[in-house]
Parts: sequence; C-alpha cells; structure tokens
Amino acid sequence: MDTTTHASPPAPGGPLSLHGLSVDGVNQCVHCGLCLAYCPTFSELGTEMDSPRGRIFMIKSLAEGRMTLSDSTVRHLSLCLDCRACETVCPAGVPYGRLIEAAKAEIERDRPGALGRRLFRWLNFGLLLGHPRLLGLAASGARLYQASGLQRLVRKSGLVRLLPGTLPAWEALLPPVPAKSERTGPPPVTPAEGPRRARVAVLTGCVQSVIFAAHNRATARVLAKNGGEVIVPDGQGCCGALNAHGGDHARALAMARRTIDAFEVARVDAVVVNTSGCGAHMKAYGHLLADDRAYAERARRFAATVRDLAEFLAQEPLRGPLVPVPLTCTYHDPCHVAHGQKIKSEPRRLLAQIPGLRVVELTESDWCCGSAGIYNLTEPEMATRLLHRKVGHVLATGAEAVVTANPGCILQIQAGLGAHESGVRVMHLVEILDRAYGGPGGAR
Amino acid sequence: MSTLTDSRKRELRRELESIVGPGAVLSDPDELMVYESDGLTLFRALADFVVFPTSAQHVSAVVKLANRENLPFVARGAGTGLSGGCLPTEGGIVVSMMRMNRVLEVDYDNQIAVVEPGLVNLHLSWKVGPRGYYYAPDPSSQQACTIGGNIANNSGGPHTLKYGVTTNHVLGLEVVMPDGEIVWLGGKTREACGYDLAGVFVGSEGTFGIATRIVVRILRKPQAVKTVLAVFDAIDQASAAVSAIIARGLVPAAMEMIDQLTIQAVEDAFSCGYPRDADAALLIELDGLAVGMDVQAERIVEACRESGAREVRTARSEAERQLLWKGRKSAFGAYGRVSPAYMVMDGVIPRTKLPYVLRRVNEIVAASGLRVGNVFHAGDGNLHPNILYDPRKPGEEARVVAAGAEIMKVCADVGGSISGEHGIGLEKADFMPLIFSVADLALMQRLKSAFNPRGLCNPGKVFPTKKSCVEVGPVAYRPHAIEEKGLAQRF
Repeated sequence: MDTTTHASPPAPGGPLSLHGLSVDGVNQCVHCGLCLAYCPTFSELGTEMDSPRGRIFMIKSLAEGRMTLSDSTVRHLSLCLDCRACETVCPAGVPYGRLIEAAKAEIERDRPGALGRRLFRWLNFGLLLGHPRLLGLAASGARLYQASGLQRLVRKSGLVRLLPGTLPAWEALLPPVPAKSERTGPPPVTPAEGPRRARVAVLTGCVQSVIFAAHNRATARVLAKNGGEVIVPDGQGCCGALNAHGGDHARALAMARRTIDAFEVARVDAVVVNTSGCGAHMKAYGHLLADDRAYAERARRFAATVRDLAEFLAQEPLRGPLVPVPLTCTYHDPCHVAHGQKIKSEPRRLLAQIPGLRVVELTESDWCCGSAGIYNLTEPEMATRLLHRKVGHVLATGAEAVVTANPGCILQIQAGLGAHESGVRVMHLVEILDRAYGGPGGAR
Repeated sequence: MSTLTDSRKRELRRELESIVGPGAVLSDPDELMVYESDGLTLFRALADFVVFPTSAQHVSAVVKLANRENLPFVARGAGTGLSGGCLPTEGGIVVSMMRMNRVLEVDYDNQIAVVEPGLVNLHLSWKVGPRGYYYAPDPSSQQACTIGGNIANNSGGPHTLKYGVTTNHVLGLEVVMPDGEIVWLGGKTREACGYDLAGVFVGSEGTFGIATRIVVRILRKPQAVKTVLAVFDAIDQASAAVSAIIARGLVPAAMEMIDQLTIQAVEDAFSCGYPRDADAALLIELDGLAVGMDVQAERIVEACRESGAREVRTARSEAERQLLWKGRKSAFGAYGRVSPAYMVMDGVIPRTKLPYVLRRVNEIVAASGLRVGNVFHAGDGNLHPNILYDPRKPGEEARVVAAGAEIMKVCADVGGSISGEHGIGLEKADFMPLIFSVADLALMQRLKSAFNPRGLCNPGKVFPTKKSCVEVGPVAYRPHAIEEKGLAQRF
C-alpha cells in the first residue's frame, strides 16, 4: 500500500503542478472524449484509466490532492506510451506530452521502486545515456557477446529465461551490434554538393550512433547531395529525450544544456535530427529550460533551429539525379514525428520523388508500434500486443519494405516481422534516399 | 456509491469476476473515480463496480446478479454523452460495453450490418467504406462515441436534416432486459409486424435494458457531394438564410451554424478555414446525384447572398471539405482553448424562431456574467448553446445551471423541446414538466415500468426524481480511503 505523500493541496484556482512541474494544462481538457478511440492502450483494453482523458483526470486529481499515487494510478500512468496520438486529435489543445512527463517524473520521485529497478535505471539513464564512451564500451561488450556465439548459446540453452526482471525482454530486443569499424560517425564536416543551401548540424544521438551509425553517415551524404554543408559537432551526446520520457527530469535538464552547448558553437542554420523522439524533445527545449535563467533564451533559439530530416529535405524538391529504387514499400509514422512534430506529408512527399518506388498506404500508419522509447522493455505485454497489430497491418499491404524514421520503430517492427518469419525489410527513410543517390559510393 | 460493506464488496467482486473473468472488474476507488462523469463534467457519481462483459450472456448474468442483490446498473459506452445519462446515480454496477465492439456481419446486398454496441460510430463507416457504403447518423463525437450510446440517446448529427436520426437506421436489437432475459426487438427486415419495440427502445436512454447486438442500415455513399461555406457579418442574417433556403424547397444534407466565438476556438485548434472575423458562418452540404447539383448549389448561394452573406464559397477539394467538417465536429472540445469547462444545451425550436431565440440565449447568458458559444444544426432548429464557465470560481456552476434552465424555458415557450439528441439524462430530468403534462409523463412512466419494473436499470434518469447521490459543484477535499485508514498522511 502506498504510504507516500505528494504536493499539498493547491490554492483553489491556482496553477496546478506536481513538485514544481506544471500540469496546469489539465484544465484545458473539457472531458469531450474525442481522444479515446485514437489511444492505443484504450483501444486494446477499453478501460478509461488507460485512455488520455482518464489519465488527464488522474493527473489533475493528483495535483488537486483528490488522488494519491496508489498502485493502480501508477500502473495506469506507467502504461501510457507517451505516443501523443491524443494530442493530434485533441480540439482543446491539451499539452498531453508535458503532462505525462510530469506525472512520470512524479512517479519516479515518489515510487522509485526496489533497489534492482533503481540500479537498472541509474545504469541506463545515468551511466550509459549520459556517457557516450561508456555506451561505446557497452556496445563492444554486446558485440563480443553476439559475435562469440555466446548469445546463441544463451538463447538456445534457455539460460535467457533465468535472467531477472525485464532482462529477457532486453536480451530479445538486443539488435545486432555492428563491428567497431562500422560504428564510426560521419566526418566532422561534409561540404555541400552544388549550390550551398544551408549549413546544418547533425545529431548523431546515443543509441543511434552505436546501432545505426550507418544511418548517420547516410544522413550526412543525403544532406550534402541536397546542398547541406554538414557539420557533426564534437562533444554532443544524448539529447535527454529518453530520460525525460522516463521521468528522469533532472538528468534530462543537464543533457539538454550539454546538447545546446555542443551545437551552439557550430553556428548552423538548422540542427537536423533523424530520430523521432529526439527531434520532438529538442524542439521542446525552450519549454523544458524556461525556468533556467542562463539557458532559457538560448534553449528557445536552439529549439527553433531543430528540424526533422524529412521536414528539412521536403522544403525543396530533391536534387537529382536519382537512380530508380524498384521496390514496393509502405510508410510507418514514428509517433514523435507524426504526433510530436506534426510531420506526416513530408516523408511521403520525399518517397514519391524516388523513381521506381511504389508506396502503398499502411492502415493505422500513425499508431504506435509499441517501441515507444524503452516501453517495449518496461511494458513488454502491451508492447507486444501493439506490435502484433502493427505487423498485421504491414503484412496486409503486401509491401516488400516498411520505411520509417526512428531506430526504436525499426528494431521493434523488425523483431515483430522476424517472429512472423516474414521477408519484409524495415528501412530508415534516409537509407532509401541514400540508395536513390547511389549509396556510399555516390552516383553523380 | 451504495452502502455495501467492504467484505460484501469483495464477495461480489469475486462473483462478478467469475462471470466476466479476471481483469474485467474494477472496484479500486481511484479507478472508479475515473468513471465518475461522462462528457458533461457538471455531474459526478461513483459506482461500486465497473464490469467489462464480452457477450450477451455476460451482460445477462451481471444483470441477474444485480437483481438478486438489488443493485442498480447502467450501461456505458465511450462516456462522451452530454447529459449525465450513463452516471451511476445510486451506485451499483457500470456495465462498460467497450469490449463488445465488433462488426459481426455485413450484408452489402441487403444493406445491413450487425454490430456490437461498443463499436465506435465512425469505425462502422471505415469498415464498410471501401465497398462504397457508410453509416449515416453522424453525431459530432462520431470519432469516439459508440453505436450503443447512439441508440440510448437516439442521436442525431449534422446530416440528420436529410437522413433522419438513429432510430431511422436501426432495424432490430438483441437486448438484455432489466431482469436479465435476452430478447430480440425488431429484426433484419425493413418492416416488422407487431409493436415497434425497436422504435420504443431507441432513445430510451438506457432505462429499458442493455442492447448487445444491433442491426443497422448502411447506405451507399452519395455519388456527389458539395459543401458550401457562407459567411455573415450578423448572426440574424445567417438565421434568415436558413429559412430562405428551406423556403425555396431545397433540402441540403446538412445545414450547420457556427458563431464567432466558436469559429475562433476551432481555428485555434485546427486552422480549418473559417474566417475569424465573421459573426456567423453556415456550413451547408448537398449530396446525392451529380445531375442537378450545380443548380441546387447556385440556388443556395443565391439565398445566402440575398440574406446578406458577405462571402459564399464552395469547398474545392475533399481535403478542404474534410477540414471544414473537422472544425464543426470538434467545436465542443475546442472550447477547452477558451474555457476550462462548458455546459452544452440541446434545445429544439421551430426554425422560424431562430433569430429571436438566439438573441434571448445571448441575453440570458450575458446577464449571468458568462460567455456562450453557439454551434448547431440550424436546418433542424436544434440549438447547442455552450455556456462557458470555470468550475474553480465559486458560484459559476450555479449560474450555469440557472442560465441553462432559463434557456430551456425559452425553447419550451416558443413551442420547442428541451433536448434534440443529447438525451434528458440527469441534467434535464427536472425540466421534463416544461414540455410534458402530468398525464404525458405518467404514460411514459407506465411504459418504463413495463420494461424496467424494479427500476434498477439506469435509475434517476429522464424523470424528475427526489433521491440521488449525484454531486454538483466544485469538488471539496475528501480524505482518500488510505488516509482514512491511517496508512497515509497529508502534509
């Protein structure tokens, strides 16, 4: 039973907050319920505590002192994917993403859980995401585990089931880590090809730089083809999105400041991001650091320059020449691109310009695949249900490839398709663009 | 909440779980609280249990248990209702239909579909859309509300003007009666013999039983659609245009009015293309055969211009049309941008009285020191004044309720009705005598008693009542259950 306390009841009519994080946005919710049918968890469970309206009500009740963080409240708030599909359909403009982040931070503060869970969070949020070098070391470890055949042994022998907590889920989703030579990022500077359009910086990211460094290199190439002078600022690390979404507010602030420091010196026109959650989160730095005197203005200015890769490229027609990519594909919208940044037509417009490529629409293309940051590790059951739903829709299209724009979605959908022994490939948007430009060799 | 002891509650919970299965019964106080309101937050009531059946047999067994225990019960869909109709006013069991949401059968040749009540209205049109069909009743909340809820309230929508309300599209229903018996009302054919019990059931606001299967008509999508937006500098001109169009013998599929405050809210929400400085706009839709549609559209444009429209334009693409409708259908929710709460009224008046009644509505609300947004089915004379208020400000809720009562009286006085489509529910129960005589109400009571003799099925609704545990007004601090038990302390 819960024996903790939370913020004291607020003054009537005063702004609502949870330990200093504003949740006053709950007052914008007029309880119309138009969000319900668009919420993946409500759609699966039919329980209103697992709907956006229900969760907003719980957050409001927590802030007003009508509810406490009971086991059930924690359960329902934790089950939120933070996909923000509800924001897209909300006529009242409830800033749901901010509300659920505040609620998750409240949960971490009051209900950090047992030692094992805290240690685990510290290892991930504190150590690995905060220190790119350690993340690199961990990647080398994982690579050794996979390349040595140990992984096969662990999986085959059933040893994997003996791992504690959610580690079996982690183990199952561990993607093949590329060899160190393949984990290099793009060069510090890639000159623009043709007339220069803009000076842009690329976020290489944390997990992205380890697992999908190839996407980062392709990003630099495709940007250069389109007139971008591409800079990879030194000293950048994790943008803090995973921490913020996971309720680790304090570290998220520190990571945001470090990211701003690293990118400011590059003096670029735009900061281009090829991952979903990072782009949405960095665009919200202005809000995140609004109370930080030293950083508020810098954060606002920085946030205004952040662009999703598709958003940046689609401002102008793709520069040719493009080689045909004979393939039928479908597009899965990553949540924080579609709902977090309201970018839906741009990637489709880019795909439409690739010769030979046939694009078929995906049912529920903007529904979460269950990856949702580290959700597939913390809530494997719901994540799996949503993944099955997604994979069913993907297979129904008959496409040979699913194109998307986020590492989490790629790993998740790949795992789902793998379980179906399907030959459908999952590709990052930038991979397919890069292919249309002839790949690393670069067709001129 | 009812007066069940904790131990009795635990026993009943186990019994309910044995019926609907584990994971399909809620009894945790925090979870129940989430179900305390529907789309109208003015009223709150707590259930003892929320259950999630997946079959008529489940519903029947739950209802029989409720009868044995003398516990009230009420069905709930998506909880988007606007009259408190699904609130458990006397505690008991909320029967959520959200896990009964399948399309069971579609017979395209006979243009019918058999669906479960928890199916979202719009999802039926999505399902049959690829074959060129749709489900016509389109309440503005159709993206979330359920067909079961539509049945309860005999819901309308913008296209009611041409296509009629829910009852015109329901052929038959499987119903769990208030004693737990499972019966069929109506059937799959257009004409049924005997009493029109399906007709009686639709609109009974959940007081005659719980529908578990519904046979609905699906229609062919119209060959052509034309959507016209007429912009006015005075709301009276827009009202006059409505009458002028009808007077010309034109029957649009829909004719909606949207006032300035509402235009600004929906423009903030989705940038739909309504001019922010207009005093009022009419959204008029024609559908049917392509032949002759241009002529009809021209006559509508002409009627609008003659009534003083400053601008009349036709949606040039399906995307533009969808966006205009998105604005219209999201209007209630968009009030969240200008006010923390609103109460929507649902009066129906003779169309010719529009200018007078709209003026009175604005006067009444202004006199209460509040604001009102109007967005409504002008062609039907079905008004939706939305009174905006702040529940955190002392006294505002009482003023809203009083202004609402006055508006209902105005509607009744001009020969109208107090509800078009949102239902009487809890909110308007006490106002039924405004439009019905004692004898009228007595007949309705006798009909209700025939279906629901023990009164356990959705009590406290439709008829004026004395007793209920409903709360109105701002929530006062109440100690949480765990505080009462000394397990937690407030600092």
